[in-house]
Amino acid sequence: MTGFLQHTFDGLVNGAFYALLALGLAVIFGMLRVVNFAHGAFYMLGAMGAYVLLAELGVPFWWALVIMPVVLGVLGMALERAFVHRLAQLDPLYNFLLTFGLTLILQDLVKSRYGVQSIPYAPPAELNGSVDFGLFDFPTYRVFVLVFAVAICVGVWWLLTHSRVGMVVRAATERPELTRAFGINVGRWVTPVFGFGIALAGLAGVLAAPMRAVNPLMGSDLIIVVFAVVVIGGLGSIFGSVAAGFGIGLIQAWGVVYLADWPILSQTLVFIVMAAVLMWRPAGLFGREEAPA
Amino acid sequence: MTTVVDSEPGAKPGPARSGLVAVARAPWWLRYALLAVGLGVALWLPNSLYPPVAVDILCWALFAVSVDLLLGFTGLMSFGHAAFWGTSAYVAGIVATKAGLPFPVAVLIGAVAAAVLAVPIGYLAVKRTGIYFAMVTLAFAQMIYYVANKWSTVTGGENGLPSVPRELGGLDLSDEYYFYYAALPIALLGLWAAWRIVNSPFGRVLVGIRDNPARARALGYPVHRYKLTAFVLSAFLAGLGGGLFVMNHESVALDALHWTTSGKAVIVVVLGGIGTLWGGVIGAAFLVRLEDWLSFSGFEQIGLVTGAIFVLAVLLFRKGIWGTVATLAQRRMARRRQSDS
Repeated sequence: MTGFLQHTFDGLVNGAFYALLALGLAVIFGMLRVVNFAHGAFYMLGAMGAYVLLAELGVPFWWALVIMPVVLGVLGMALERAFVHRLAQLDPLYNFLLTFGLTLILQDLVKSRYGVQSIPYAPPAELNGSVDFGLFDFPTYRVFVLVFAVAICVGVWWLLTHSRVGMVVRAATERPELTRAFGINVGRWVTPVFGFGIALAGLAGVLAAPMRAVNPLMGSDLIIVVFAVVVIGGLGSIFGSVAAGFGIGLIQAWGVVYLADWPILSQTLVFIVMAAVLMWRPAGLFGREEAPA
Repeated sequence: MTTVVDSEPGAKPGPARSGLVAVARAPWWLRYALLAVGLGVALWLPNSLYPPVAVDILCWALFAVSVDLLLGFTGLMSFGHAAFWGTSAYVAGIVATKAGLPFPVAVLIGAVAAAVLAVPIGYLAVKRTGIYFAMVTLAFAQMIYYVANKWSTVTGGENGLPSVPRELGGLDLSDEYYFYYAALPIALLGLWAAWRIVNSPFGRVLVGIRDNPARARALGYPVHRYKLTAFVLSAFLAGLGGGLFVMNHESVALDALHWTTSGKAVIVVVLGGIGTLWGGVIGAAFLVRLEDWLSFSGFEQIGLVTGAIFVLAVLLFRKGIWGTVATLAQRRMARRRQSDS
């Protein structure tokens, strides 16, 4: 039982990263209809940035947690204006390809400067040690990640449902033409929303730095799993993406333990779940059927 | 007829229509002349290039054409074709090593294995279209990657399969120069098959589905089944390329299944021209030559260069090499026809 609770907790922490990344992807997709392939690269930049800030400028973790999302958000907005925007009128596949190219560039740029070796990054002193939950201990830093990620997800959800900006974004996501017809300038929100999604990826990256191997390829395979997560949750649905993120984190954590004898199966669980979802609910668990093509 | 597909919102990628029409409208002598030039270049290639690089071009040409069959002629962007390229690579490698079969047979078995794998993946993937199709194929390809990585007793895991034999009825194919000419017929057969598919009634239906799936369905075509068939045929062609690639390098690397390989195949198609079929061959020649030159000159950040070229191509050069040439030629012909009348 103790073991089970511990694995569950581990799964939720891993799921928190999926959820943050999927949330950013879903917000961007909702507003721009763009699937950002470079999301994993921005996650990596967040972690690498935190490392560079600490190692070369002596900036501690807490500041990195603020600085990196802002810096990457601004970078994201610049990229949106410079590139993504130019392809907005075309098939969304072109922007998928564009961000794929950007991913290759960003990864190789970082690789050429810092190599491919994983870099250690110590968690902040305040979060060292572990929390006693009675039945088991859990590292304080991981507890913090889980609480923080849940707070961010709830915060974004609250913004979307209770603020005027959120109302515009939701309306523009669901019925762009109609929203425009009401005289709302939808285009004005495109760039900030793109930057916001990127900032979330950067935030996830900073959070990952103290507990995962920091290297230029850390986002490379992760992003594919996150794609599977948003297919499972339904990319159009913000709630679905977050829920699927935590759910897949849990399933993977349990899989690693209870299917330890079948490593092939436990490694590919997320894709098996995706296949099952495609069988029975092609639009995703929380997604709505697309308009017939 | 409108040729500027690019400007329509929500248009399918690429100048597919104009490319297809340009081929159909080129005068017969031009088509035969181009074919003769193409065959001439193919026969001459290992004399002017390092032969293994020439074989790589053949393999990537098959791979690119297989991707374009879906992207340009069916309107489906597979971002997971490494699954078929790589599966065929492993199966061909294993069959050649364990059973000592002649290499064309091993390549054929590999391609069949790729096609078999494409049935379940395609069945699930064609339930979605557009960007979702790309993400689903990408995810399934990653699944195959993990399987190959973990199933190390069969695949060698991270190390791949070293020393795959290259056997053909006692002929000595150790010299890369002669191997090129042994591989060329297989590649040409594959390319010819792609051309036949595109120009068959079946291919016409695919183009119809690409341009207007709702109408195709209304006319009574089972759209899903057509897409699935195209997917399986495409996987077979990608498998031919992957199998030959293994025989060329006499080893299999796990890289063959990674998503960067899938992405590179799409890059090659975009560079050559989506929906032009032969554009993929040009794009393959360009990218393979470029990467060979970069690694030869000791440049390590190959991804930086390919990524930058790709970003520029998507932003500024969406018709690709073949597409641009075809559009220019078409415009010229139209002008001449006008001045004639």
